[in-house]
Amino acid sequence: MTKLTYIAHDGTRFEVEAENGSTVMENAIRNAVPGIEAECGGACACATCHVYVDDAWTALVGEPEAMEEDMLDFAYEVQPNSRLSCQIKVRDELDGLVVTVPERQG
Amino acid sequence: MSDITHTDVLIIGAGPIGLFAVFELGLFDMRCHLIDILDRPGGQCAELYPEKPIYDIPGYPVVGAQELVDKLLQQIAPFKPGFTFNRMVTALERLEGGGFRVTTDENEVFEAKVVVIAAGGGSFQPKRPPIPGIEAYEGSSVSYSVRCMEEFRGHDVVVVGGGDSALDWSLNLQPIARRVTLVHRRPEFRAAPDNVNKMHALQEAGALDLVIGQVSALSGEGGKLSSITVKGPESEVVVPCTRLLPFFGLTMKLGPVAEWGLHLHENQIPVDTEKFETSEPGIFAIGDINWYPGKLKLILSGFHEAALMAQAAKHVISPKERIVFQYTTSSTSLHKKLGVPD
Ligand SMILES: Cc1cc2nc3c(=O)[nH]c(=O)nc-3n(C[C@H](O)[C@H](O)[C@H](O)COP(=O)(O)OP(=O)(O)OC[C@H]3O[C@@H](n4cnc5c(N)ncnc54)[C@H](O)[C@@H]3O)c2cc1C
Ligand code: FES
Repeated sequence: MTKLTYIAHDGTRFEVEAENGSTVMENAIRNAVPGIEAECGGACACATCHVYVDDAWTALVGEPEAMEEDMLDFAYEVQPNSRLSCQIKVRDELDGLVVTVPERQG
Repeated sequence: MSDITHTDVLIIGAGPIGLFAVFELGLFDMRCHLIDILDRPGGQCAELYPEKPIYDIPGYPVVGAQELVDKLLQQIAPFKPGFTFNRMVTALERLEGGGFRVTTDENEVFEAKVVVIAAGGGSFQPKRPPIPGIEAYEGSSVSYSVRCMEEFRGHDVVVVGGGDSALDWSLNLQPIARRVTLVHRRPEFRAAPDNVNKMHALQEAGALDLVIGQVSALSGEGGKLSSITVKGPESEVVVPCTRLLPFFGLTMKLGPVAEWGLHLHENQIPVDTEKFETSEPGIFAIGDINWYPGKLKLILSGFHEAALMAQAAKHVISPKERIVFQYTTSSTSLHKKLGVPD
């Protein structure tokens, strides 16, 4: 199991145990993290699962692919560390990953 | 007074379920007309995930969403359904002599004996970008589509987005606007490369401005916009703006369905599971838009609902006719309707 931490917009921390191969979005939904809507269920088609990856983790998490980058055009206050959480797969190296939920989804 | 289009069954929504309903209704000789706000059939499958594979359509281990729509269109072709696209159904009323009248946002009028609501998650509508205070300018300085180009003549127009609509309208409005500024989050565009090149050419000629960044604030008075602030990677710029056209994609909103006097259960229309009829006799609801205990928003469930609804609809239209259960495999009369050679 891999540990993930979500910081909600109001600062509340959610620490969850995630299975490798699942997505950061799926674990947020399963654990009712507020602010992750994921309207399209992880199809990279809605941009409502937007998160900011903690600076210490951006290199390991990696850059969005072209389709995700296109979808990020529809998100709110996109920053260089923005990702769509349905496109981040949980794996061993991400143990301890911290992501922050934006104020609102697009 | 516009002409009235008459049909047996008027289907609101041309998603996969509305399309399949044409087949089931067609087997019972009911003619159908479909209306959708999108510019093509397919609903969510065509608009949200055309390229994605679906794995739970019985008989297809895997099928692309657009491919499924194409196959449905092929399957219903023998019944020659009518289609009206780019129109929102705004009103649904019962006629005194029986049947229903359906009106679109362009005031086209349809009359049908039965209405099937296959409106899915609601109608696709432009997404409102999350810019604080934008509501105050909607309808005056902010619009999400261009209905009449003249309204932009002589204005400081700002177009926001990086897709085809944003590029199309930047290019189309450039000759008549006082100034067109295109604002996009990053230097790469999703739009057709041809139009991106045209835009860059205008930019180099000094005839159009391109600003990279995200709109962070609007300023103006009394619903009239005067400028916008764009937050770029390094700095903020203020751009004069009297007409703002943001293109942030489409989202599903329940829309006018809520105003037709039907009972609702959290944005869905409750139906029975025998006929899939709403609280109004003669108006049926199938697919993602309906609700009943155990409801699953799956394409396969919607197909089943369409089959049962068709029997009930037939009964509304021809109450005296006995409905004979037949298989498409072997019924010669169904073969005739489907155009199957003897
Ligand atoms: C990313 C994603 C993946 C999915 N994967 C699967 C899957 O694997 N398997 C599966 O079974 N399902 C899947 N679904 C769900 C499936 O797409 C829906 O169940 C299906 O599209 C519902 O079909 P529908 O015809 O009821 O509605 P929709 O497809 O939502 O179509 C309804 C149409 O009605 C139109 N409309 C609504 N109101 C009006 C109005 N007033 N005037 C004019 N037009 C109107 C809308 O514009 C829309 O085009 C997925 C959905 C998404 C978003
Ligand atoms: S859930 Fe829709 S883009 Fe991630």
